[in-house]
Amino acid sequence: MRAHETALLFASRVAGQVVPARAQMATTLGFHIILACLGIALPSVVLLAEFIGLRRRDEVAMRLARRWSQAMGVLIAVGAVTGTVLSFEMGLLWPGLMRSYGAVLGFPFAVEGIFFFLEAIFAGIYLWGWRLLPGWAHWWSGVPIALSGIFGAMSVIAVNSWMNTPGGFTEQNGRITSVDVWQVFFSRSAVYEMPHMILAAYMVTGFTVAGVYAAGILRGRRDRYHYTGFALGFVPAAVLTPFQIFVGDTAARAIAHDQPVKFASMEYVARTSRHVPEWLGGVYLNGHIYAGLKIPYADSLLVGFGPGTQVTGWDTVPPADRPPLPWLIHLCFDLMVLIGFLLLLAGLWAAWEWWRRRRLPPQRLFWAAGAVSGVAAIIAMECGWVVTEVGRQPWVVYRLQTTAAAATTNGGVLASLSLVVVAYAMLGAATIAILRMLSRRWRRGDLEEAAIPYGPPPWAADQATGPAGP
Amino acid sequence: MAADAVGGILLAGITLYAVLGGADFGGGLWDLLAGTTARGRAPRALIDESITPVWEANHVWLVFDLVIFWTAFPHAFAAVMIALALPLWLAVGGIVLRGAGFAFRKEITRLSLRRAAGATFAFSSLLTPFFMGTVIGAIAAGAVPANASHASLAVWTSPTALLAGFLFVAACGYLAAVYLIGEAGRRGGSVMKTYFTRRAQAAAIVAGALSLAALVELHHSNPALYGRLTGRALPLIVLSGVCGLAVLALLTAGRPRGTRLIAALGIAAVVWGWGVAQYPVLLPGTSVTLTNAGAPASTLVALVVLFIVALVLIGPSFALLFTLQSRRLLGAGEDGVLPAAGPAGRTGRPAAALPRQPSADRQPARAARAAARAMIAVAVLARWLRHR
Repeated sequence: MRAHETALLFASRVAGQVVPARAQMATTLGFHIILACLGIALPSVVLLAEFIGLRRRDEVAMRLARRWSQAMGVLIAVGAVTGTVLSFEMGLLWPGLMRSYGAVLGFPFAVEGIFFFLEAIFAGIYLWGWRLLPGWAHWWSGVPIALSGIFGAMSVIAVNSWMNTPGGFTEQNGRITSVDVWQVFFSRSAVYEMPHMILAAYMVTGFTVAGVYAAGILRGRRDRYHYTGFALGFVPAAVLTPFQIFVGDTAARAIAHDQPVKFASMEYVARTSRHVPEWLGGVYLNGHIYAGLKIPYADSLLVGFGPGTQVTGWDTVPPADRPPLPWLIHLCFDLMVLIGFLLLLAGLWAAWEWWRRRRLPPQRLFWAAGAVSGVAAIIAMECGWVVTEVGRQPWVVYRLQTTAAAATTNGGVLASLSLVVVAYAMLGAATIAILRMLSRRWRRGDLEEAAIPYGPPPWAADQATGPAGP
Repeated sequence: MAADAVGGILLAGITLYAVLGGADFGGGLWDLLAGTTARGRAPRALIDESITPVWEANHVWLVFDLVIFWTAFPHAFAAVMIALALPLWLAVGGIVLRGAGFAFRKEITRLSLRRAAGATFAFSSLLTPFFMGTVIGAIAAGAVPANASHASLAVWTSPTALLAGFLFVAACGYLAAVYLIGEAGRRGGSVMKTYFTRRAQAAAIVAGALSLAALVELHHSNPALYGRLTGRALPLIVLSGVCGLAVLALLTAGRPRGTRLIAALGIAAVVWGWGVAQYPVLLPGTSVTLTNAGAPASTLVALVVLFIVALVLIGPSFALLFTLQSRRLLGAGEDGVLPAAGPAGRTGRPAAALPRQPSADRQPARAARAAARAMIAVAVLARWLRHR
C-alpha cells in the first residue's frame, strides 16, 4: 500500500520534472556542442596555419595562427566550464540513469577524462608558449591537443552510441553484474556515430573560420590575410563534406535497422510496408502530411537499394513508445541533409573555379554563401542532435530505461532551467563580444602596422624571440 | 580489492583537485581582497600570471573525480546528487562564472568591463570551495540517506557542513598564498613575497582555528564522526596539524623554502584523514560501502587499468607543464593584454613584461634552450619509433 503511494507520488513528481530537465539538458548540450566542435577541430586548423607559417616562412599564416590561438584560449576556457556543467547535470538531472547504468556508461567517460587532461595540459603549453618556445617545438606541443580532441570526441560519442544501441553488460534484478568495456565503448552505432560527429566538428570549425573571413571579404577587405584565413578554414571543411554525406547516408541506413522507430520518425513511415515514398519537407499532423514533396519508392530505394525494400514503421511499437513530435525530427533531418548538400555545392563551385582558372570564385554570391556557411554548418549539426536525441524518446537508454525514470525526483528544475537559460544567453553574448573585440583590436593593429612603413610595431621587439622572428 | 583501489584512486583525485585546483580558487580569494585598482595591481598580476596556463588542467581533476564517482559508486553518486542538489548547483554556478570571468578578463581592454570580469572571477572563486565544502561536510557527517528522493536544506546547513564550507575557503586561500610566495620569489619580487607571506600566515591561523572549531563542534554534535577522526585517522589529523604549524614557523622565520610541499601535504593529510575515518563506508550512517555501491567487479578493474594508463600519459605531461610554467616559459600570446597592469592596464603591450624586468634576459633563454632540447629529443624519439 505504502509502496504504491510512493510510486504514485514518484510518478507525479517525475511527470513534472522530465520536460524541464530535458529542456535544460538540450540548452546546455546544444550550447556546449558548438564549443566542443571548435575544441575538437580548431587546434588542427591552427596547427595547419602554423605549419604553413613555419614551413613556408609565411608571415600571414603565422599571424593567423597566433590570433586564432588567442581566440582558441577563450573558447577552450568557456568549453571547459560548460562541459563541467554537463558532467554535473548527468547526476543532477538524471540520477536515475546514473544509478542504473553509471557503472556501464561511465567507462567511456573515464576514457574521455584522460583526453580532457591531455587537451587541457597541452593547451596550457601551446596557448601560452608562443613567445618563448622555439617554432617547431611549439608546433609539436599543439599536436596532442588535436589528437586528444579527436579521441575525446570518440569517447563521448561512445556514450551516446551506447544509449542508442546499448549492450556489453549483463543485468540481474536491476543490478549490473558484469560489463564488457570494449563492447560498451564500441557499441553497434559507434561505428557510424563517431566519424559522423568528428567530421561534423571539422566542418563546423572550418566553415565557421571561413565564414569570418568571407564576411570580411564581402566588406571589401580583399587582402591576402583574409583570403588565407578563408582558405585555411574552407578547404579542409569542403574536402571533408562529401565524406560526411557518405557517412551520414550509411548512418541513416544503419539506423533503419538499429533504431527503426527513430528512422520511421525521420522519414514519416507510419506503417511497416514496401515501396515506401520519401518525403521532402512536410509537416505530419494527425495522420496527414501537409506541404511535403513526395518521391515514390525513394525511401525504400535509399534503405535497401530496391523499391521493394520493407521499411519498419512506427506502428510496430505502442503509441507510448513512439517519439513525440515526428514533424520536428523529420524537418530537422531534412534541414541537416539540405545544408550538407548546399555546403557540398559551395565546395564544388570553389573546386571548379580553382581547376579551370586557378582562383576562387569572384561572384558575391559565393562569398555570401561562404559568410553564412559557418552558421549553416552549426545549424545542421544541432539538427542532427535533435534527430538523434528526440528520435530516441521516450527512452534515455533505448528500450531499457525511459527518460522519465532517469529524471531527478527533485523539484525546482524549472528554476534551474530559467537560470541556465539566462546565464547561457549572457555567456554566449559575452563570448561573441570578446571575440569581436579581439578582431577589432587586431584590425587596429593592422592599421598601426600599416602606419609604420618601416620596422615592427613598438612592442614587437619582445616577440623577436618568438617563432615568427625574422 | 578492486573497490578499495578505486576508492583510493577517487581519494587521490580529490586530493589533487584540492591541492591544485583549490589553490587556483584561493588565488581568486586574494584577488578579491587585493584592494583598489592601483593597490591591487601587483598581487593581481602575480595571481593572474601564475594561474593562467595551469587552471584548466587543474580543473580537470574535478571532472575526473565526478566520473570515477559515478562509474565506480553509482548508487552513492545518485544519492549525493539528489540530496545535495542545491549546493552542487551553486558550486557549478561558481565554476562557470570563475572560468568565464578569468578567461574574459584577460582579453578585455576597457577598464570598467575588465573590473566587472575580474570581480566575477574573484567572487565566484569563493562560491565553489564553500559549497563543495558543505557537500563534503554533509557526506562526512552522515547526513546523506542511501535512497534519497529529494533535496533537503537540512542536509548541508548543519553547523558541521557550514564549518566545512568555511574551512575549504580558508584552506584554498592558505594554499594559494603559500604557492604565491614561491611564485613571487621566482619572479624576483620581494615586496610580493612579504605580501603573500603575511597572508599565508593569516590564512594558516584562520584555517587552523576553523579546524579546531570543527573538531569541537563534532565532539558535541556528531560523536560518531569525532570518534572515527580521532581513532584510526588520528595520525593523519596530527600530521596535518604538524604541517600547518611547520609552515607557520618556517614563514615566520623567513624561510619559505619547501613550504609549498609541506602545506600541500597538510591538506592531503586532511583529505586522507577523512577517507580513512569512514573507510570502507561511502555514505556514513548508511550501509553503502565501497563494495556494494552498484558497480560490478569488471567495471572497477577496468577503472584501475585505465588509471594506470592515465598515470603513464598524464604524469609526464603535467610534469612538462609545471616545469615550463615554473621556468616561466609560458606567457601571453601575440598581443595579450598586459595582465601585469591589472584592471588599470594600458593595452597593446605583451603580457608580463612588467614583473619580468629584473632577470628577464638571462634565465628564460637558458630555460628555453633546455626545453627546446627536451622537445627535440621527444621529436627524435617519435621519428625513430615511426621508422621502426
